[in-house]
Amino acid sequence: MPAGEELARRLAADVPDPELPFLTLGDLGILRRVEVGLEGTVRVVLTPTYSGCPAVSQMADDVRRTLMDAGFPAVQVDTELAPAWSTDRLGPQARAKMEAMDMAPPPLAASTPISLTLKCPHCGSLRTRELSHFGSTACKSLWRCQDCREPFEHFKALR
Amino acid sequence: MTAQVAELSAVDLHEAALELGDDCLVLSHRLAEWTTHAPELEEEVALANLALDLLGQARSLLSLAGEAEGRGRDEDRLAYWRDDREFRNLLLVEQPNGDFAVTMTRQLLFSAYQELLYERMSSGTEPRLAAIAAKGVMEARYHLEHARLWVQRLGGGTEESHRRMRRALDLLWPYTKELFEPTEAWVRAADQGALPPLSSIEGSWRQAIQAVLESSHLEAPPFSAWQSGGRRGRHSEHLGHLLAEMQHLHRSHPNASW
Repeated sequence: MPAGEELARRLAADVPDPELPFLTLGDLGILRRVEVGLEGTVRVVLTPTYSGCPAVSQMADDVRRTLMDAGFPAVQVDTELAPAWSTDRLGPQARAKMEAMDMAPPPLAASTPISLTLKCPHCGSLRTRELSHFGSTACKSLWRCQDCREPFEHFKALR
Repeated sequence: MTAQVAELSAVDLHEAALELGDDCLVLSHRLAEWTTHAPELEEEVALANLALDLLGQARSLLSLAGEAEGRGRDEDRLAYWRDDREFRNLLLVEQPNGDFAVTMTRQLLFSAYQELLYERMSSGTEPRLAAIAAKGVMEARYHLEHARLWVQRLGGGTEESHRRMRRALDLLWPYTKELFEPTEAWVRAADQGALPPLSSIEGSWRQAIQAVLESSHLEAPPFSAWQSGGRRGRHSEHLGHLLAEMQHLHRSHPNASW
């Protein structure tokens, strides 16, 4: 049933992240697979960003509800660790959305070490400083621009 | 589900996952005790994040331990319904938070160990252990970095912060020998290639700790009255108090949910 599978995949991919609602599970690379069985039962496989990400159970609920609302009779959501998620799974669209929300995306894969300075998403200055490795959610750190003095969040590299 | 690629027995897999999972669970609880008590807001958030990562690792490891055991115990059953003698964590991680120097020293000693362990484990022969380690090693790197920066800042800071760091090292160093004392289950898991032999990471751990201490104007105590037994269920009295708090709700209200 490829049409049903394509629809289920698209619906699941468009579910917003509960903590960063401007990003979808598809943008974040959290959605791993969608399979539709013979009787229309959907199996969705998610992978967590961090081991302890508390949003995973919310995501599972949201995916389940979205698919049931669309008429799929039964939905099973599983999580899978391997291969481990990393920020290299973020697509260009996710990075663009972060920038539009004044959040600094992680450095591109293989380009730089973790500690390189970030560009301020407000004024573009490179004179920025990390205030804390750890932010309001597991995937973010907290920074401040030394020129415009505004704080900003950074979706930190994980790899 | 049980014996797949690796030839590790279900009993040994259960034991190994319990040892690793209990380290994470107990340290996670200790770090969470800082919530609302941390010295500054950023640190409050950082410690809670560390605790959350470790709790996530504990959930995966204890679920695996329960699955390997095959007696229907899930992560919650293992976390909330075992007594202190059944816990397999290192004595180091159950030590009380003390002051901030003690907490950061404990974190440095443990995260350096966990990072090396997970790094090797992630290419091990037991696919489920390897998957948990591959995820956890990325987190352990951040924990180690965080602890290292604080140890350097406190060690090389004021006279008072330096004094407290020395005290913290004296207090915790006796628990570090246990990190490299494998249980029988661990030895067998290492023989099967599922876990690294502890002797294979001890040298790297010493070098890593030595380098941080040197850059922090600190040194390891020359001699310690070594303490061990946690891996075999012989714990300090501190664990009993920790478990009383952690398990109280579940035992008073079995199957409570909210």
